[in-house]
Amino acid sequence: MREIYVAQADEIADRDRKVVIDDDLEIGVFRLGDEYYAWESNCPHMGGPICQGKIMNRVDEVLDEERRSKGFRFVDEDVHVVCPWHGFEFNIRTGAHPGDANTRLNGFEVELRDGAVYVRV
Amino acid sequence: MDTIGGKPRDLSEINARTDSRDILAHARQQADLRGFDDVFIVDIDSHIDDGGNWPDVMGYIDDPVIREAASSFGDGSKRGAFLNSTPGLQWQNVFGRIPHGQGLKEPTDGGDVPREIELSRRCMNQMSLDYQVVFPNALLFLGMHPVREMEIHLANAYNRWLVEHVLPVDPRVQAMLYLPFNSPTDAEETVKRFLGKPGVAGFLVTSSRHKPVHANEYMRLYAMLEEAGQVLAFHSHLNWQDEYTSQLNRFISMHAISFVLCNLVHLTNWVINGLPERFPKLNVMWIESGLAWLPFIMQRLDHEYLMRSSEAPLLKRMPSDYIREMFFTSQPMEHTSDKLLEATMDAMNAETQLLYASDWPHWDFDLPSRIWDLDFLDETAKRNILGYNAARIFNLDIPEKYQATAAQ
Ligand code: FES
Repeated sequence: MREIYVAQADEIADRDRKVVIDDDLEIGVFRLGDEYYAWESNCPHMGGPICQGKIMNRVDEVLDEERRSKGFRFVDEDVHVVCPWHGFEFNIRTGAHPGDANTRLNGFEVELRDGAVYVRV
Repeated sequence: MDTIGGKPRDLSEINARTDSRDILAHARQQADLRGFDDVFIVDIDSHIDDGGNWPDVMGYIDDPVIREAASSFGDGSKRGAFLNSTPGLQWQNVFGRIPHGQGLKEPTDGGDVPREIELSRRCMNQMSLDYQVVFPNALLFLGMHPVREMEIHLANAYNRWLVEHVLPVDPRVQAMLYLPFNSPTDAEETVKRFLGKPGVAGFLVTSSRHKPVHANEYMRLYAMLEEAGQVLAFHSHLNWQDEYTSQLNRFISMHAISFVLCNLVHLTNWVINGLPERFPKLNVMWIESGLAWLPFIMQRLDHEYLMRSSEAPLLKRMPSDYIREMFFTSQPMEHTSDKLLEATMDAMNAETQLLYASDWPHWDFDLPSRIWDLDFLDETAKRNILGYNAARIFNLDIPEKYQATAAQ
């Protein structure tokens, strides 16, 4: 187990990420509020640079009491990163695809120390 | 971006203008890990053009009046002149989620090399390709153009532009030329005019059109292609205006069905009307419908043929026997079950009939590793699918370094 320095905590804005390269490994560290999450930037679909993708909230479809569709909405609690190669989406908090829990990102432990962000690999 | 010793230490978000060498950096890593520089790889289908070349293409229209008329489009820029694109293509990028899905917007260096060649080279280097066959996005819709003769004007202009301006620059870039199929005699003229020109790998029909492929008007065209040993390819495309597909409210639904529906119709007509018996030496290829439709149509036609053989009297074998002798490109390769994919490849004789295609830079592109990483294929099958099947039917020169594996 070794530790990689990523950035000063305040260098990463809320709902943003920093993707660092460490030899053959690329790791994206995402910030949501005061929480940080680290995922390997290697998409389980075809190996795309998932952590360099767009950050967007999960889309939901709204139904009324008679189960009629009332269009779409963004779900603020579920923040996704979208793989720029083919669009697989992953929940930044859980690393899982919204429709297939078995399709998930490889994660790393994050440590915040003295105002800096580190990941253990 | 931080750097360490001149190397980047971090990577930024990929957007619509990101250089494709950066977007495909992981493809290069995959190629290095798998030793792809020792594997002969041909990409049968890519769409690197971005529409920016259209004003140049307009300069190649034969008819002087139509050529002049092109100047009135796009505020005088000729951009998009005469095209009948439908909104569907602009939905490809999942509303901004897949930045390259709207076409490559990155800058190129300019200079003498056409932008298309530059973009193709970037892709070939990252994916470790030896040849790339290119086809223009804009022409995919042309079979549905409301003005029949416009298909002829635009197809000829594009074919000329490719043959005179693009293909001579780099022999690794090849093209299948567009046949204005709605006008059979003009399609024949296209073959006569461009046959044998450097870089012309074969001829192609865009499948989104309402023209039965078994119509008698096409027999001379097929005979000509068979005689010349040329591939006739059918490239599927979307059509959101058809009565059936117009019921589909999401791009995912329309795309999933539309890209298969057109080739299902054309392939069924091709087989049931006995065209494989009439033109036994003509190599027919089906592009971009994926693979999952094949076990369906093979079983379906075999099942019905046994009961209604009098309706297909030219057939001497089962429909699936003819389909198994056709050629198919791999992308978009549906791979959610190893078991189903293995059965599909087995049913279609993938080892000799399947050809790798990337479809770069479209949203559902495939990398060569998709084929290479399939555990159920042996190495010979992988090498055939990735390159040697293409070399065989397109008569491509195989570089010296691959001769040993090619001989096997
Ligand atoms: S590689 Fe990530 S979606 Fe395909």
